[in-house]
Amino acid sequence: MNCQEIIKLTDVSFSWTRGYPILEGVNLTICNCETVCIVGPNGGGKTTLLNLILGIIRPDSGTVRVFGTSPEQAKRRIGYMPQYSKLDLQFPVNVMDVVLMGRLRRGFWGFYSQADREIAWRVLEEMSVADLARRPFSQLSGGQRQRVLIARALACNPEVLLLDEPTANVDPGFQEQFYEILRQLRSRMSIVIVSHDVGFVSSNINTVVCVNHQVQVHKAENITPEAISNIYGYQVKMIDHSHDLSGCHTHIHGVAHHHGGCNHD
Amino acid sequence: MIDFLSRLNSPELSFLKYAFLIGIFGGVAFGVVGTYIVTRRISAIAGAIAHCILAGIGAAIFCSQRFGWHWLHPMHGAIISALLAAVIIGLVSMYAKQREDTVIGAIWAVGMATGLLFLAGTSGYVDVDAYLFGDILLVSRNNFIMTLVLDAIILIPSVLLFNNFMAACFDDQFAELRGIRVKATYMVLLCMVALTVVLMVSVIGIILVLAMLTIPAAIAGHFTKRLWSMMTLTSILCITFTTSGLFLSYQADLPSAPLIAVLAGVTYLLVLVFFWLFKRKPKK
Repeated sequence: MNCQEIIKLTDVSFSWTRGYPILEGVNLTICNCETVCIVGPNGGGKTTLLNLILGIIRPDSGTVRVFGTSPEQAKRRIGYMPQYSKLDLQFPVNVMDVVLMGRLRRGFWGFYSQADREIAWRVLEEMSVADLARRPFSQLSGGQRQRVLIARALACNPEVLLLDEPTANVDPGFQEQFYEILRQLRSRMSIVIVSHDVGFVSSNINTVVCVNHQVQVHKAENITPEAISNIYGYQVKMIDHSHDLSGCHTHIHGVAHHHGGCNHD
Repeated sequence: MIDFLSRLNSPELSFLKYAFLIGIFGGVAFGVVGTYIVTRRISAIAGAIAHCILAGIGAAIFCSQRFGWHWLHPMHGAIISALLAAVIIGLVSMYAKQREDTVIGAIWAVGMATGLLFLAGTSGYVDVDAYLFGDILLVSRNNFIMTLVLDAIILIPSVLLFNNFMAACFDDQFAELRGIRVKATYMVLLCMVALTVVLMVSVIGIILVLAMLTIPAAIAGHFTKRLWSMMTLTSILCITFTTSGLFLSYQADLPSAPLIAVLAGVTYLLVLVFFWLFKRKPKK
């Protein structure tokens, strides 16, 4: 696959309140041949970075380019999966209703076409949740909800998949399943994952972007405990798993431990 | 019952017939819009819009008397003020995220106060209660025709934009990323709420309309798991509450609007008790 820049941030700064920048002088380039994990402490600016890429917010200074154009122009080429905890689970929708939302487009009105439904079935099967299609979204387990939301993102036929905290609030078993999904998808499209969990840096990730007001980019195989604790600003315990899940890279597992004196506000 | 049905057709009770027809046709719009109000959690906004209608009614009566604008019917004022309130509240909730509830409360009270001042400036007696609590004695054929027109205006966008509304209400950020104009969709939804409130003002009044906008949908939410089925059940409940309320009020010689609201409220309470007793699920 030819490497092309898909996301490029140049000298980007952003603050919600004047004088308290969340992101400062951020330079970041993500290519389509990479599977990227954005990590960093809470409040460090991961979500802000994500919102800048999606065009939900605009930078105070600097430029954000996605597929060489503005985020507003590029957003339909991105498949986005939000954290399900942000959704209203009492809303009366079933799994099919949710996945079909991925087929919405500018100027849409009326009803979904047969082609839209076929795509929805295909992505549901791909995420192995086709048998849940008629179940209410609220009755699913955390892991099933994540699968449905990934399916919805895939229903957009995206060129890049943006996943916000895919393993937050789910049963531990889902993490392993998610690696399997990742293996499946990474050959077809570039994937950007946001996670507060450093342990996410697995064999399936080749670039780690650490965000804490500033941004540092690491190749996954080079990442060290020092690099992680530098960005977190406090001691981070690393457990080096030498056993390899897929036989590609070293699998590094990190657990962040608070040792007081944190400076990530 | 048969006696009652035959009386529905008698000319001297034509108001009763039209009230029934308004209840049946209006119930459909109430079912659709009430479902959005409950699932999107905007019942406070619906309440504020409803109370602002008094400002429009007051202004219309005042102007038609003071300036001789006799073509201006109170219901025209009601429609204009409801739409105006919907647009103002929509802008506030979109662009001033903090303290949205405060602004809604202010619009709620000030809208009503403006209406009362206009009515105080009008010479002669105006029956404010008829607008606040509804008065089926005043229901006429014209009310029914207006209901049909408003019904069509509300139901056409809600069918054509059903999937857009659903996506925007469930996950506005995702809908926005797919190219749906979420803010415009929300504005259309609030305007639909405004017109729905006006639709049944003659039967149920400004204050009690909130009961019909929220309670049937809240009940339906316990039995249905999809948006369209919730709308269908809400519509059926709305029609049932209004018609049975009107029937009981005729039989017992009691005001109809409070009867309709109490009927809905008691049913809701029974449903809640039923679910609490028999369908308790372990808390997540």
